[in-house]
Amino acid sequence: MDTNGERKVAFICSKGNLDMAYPALVMGWAAIGNGIDVTIFFTFWGLDMITKDRVDHLELAPVANTSMKMSMMGVDTGNLGIPNIMGVLPGMTAFATKLMKGKMEKLEVPPVREYLQMLVDAGAKLYACKMTVDMMGLKKEDFVDGVIDIVTAGDFMDMTENSQVIFI
Amino acid sequence: MATREISGKTVQINDEGFMTNPGEWDQDIAGEIAQEEGIPELTPQHWVVIDFCRQSASKTGLAPTLRAITNGSGVSTKELFALFPKGPAKKVARISGLGKPEGCV
Repeated sequence: MDTNGERKVAFICSKGNLDMAYPALVMGWAAIGNGIDVTIFFTFWGLDMITKDRVDHLELAPVANTSMKMSMMGVDTGNLGIPNIMGVLPGMTAFATKLMKGKMEKLEVPPVREYLQMLVDAGAKLYACKMTVDMMGLKKEDFVDGVIDIVTAGDFMDMTENSQVIFI
Repeated sequence: MATREISGKTVQINDEGFMTNPGEWDQDIAGEIAQEEGIPELTPQHWVVIDFCRQSASKTGLAPTLRAITNGSGVSTKELFALFPKGPAKKVARISGLGKPEGCV
């Protein structure tokens, strides 16, 4: 793993849910702050994280999410989950999203767009997956500043030789 | 508790080499640790960051996180990473005579 003393970490972001956007951002920031080379490859729904029109609107859906409990909404009901039948009501996704964003803000965790900018400013390299970009009809201009290029899976393998790879 | 000598003074350090008593720190110590960390000379802009960290820690007892530094000192992320290359997180804390930063942002 260790080539000429330089540790390298690469993240593959494949999810566009708000809760799944943060792991790579948090770990990537910890890595780059400690001098570790960071590359992030966005594929499939993960492209939402770097798409200008989507990045500020990532959401968290309570349906089929067994970890979301009623108690998170301030109702003291212990381990009772949010019933799926409630989760399908209009506005529930927006409500859960607002709840999570509020909790993040209290902890002074930056929003996804700002977090990405911090990573780019610190030297992290961001790439979009060519196959997904083609499938979704996106262009490089659709992405936030700092996305270096649209690359193939093969390119990603080349650029992450000797990296530790984390799939999210 | 282990001790070590830096710029002619004996200071207390922990297992990871961070100073444990901020009161033992002075500017000469900062300069010497900076050299160990690969920064030959501390410029006024380095001192903006170090002074901010010292002030912040004197209030909270903890070394500030990188985002707290950029938000509080006016030094941008880009500049911070240029001033303290190869990972400012631990470097800044070490040079400022503080413990390892706690917190993830």
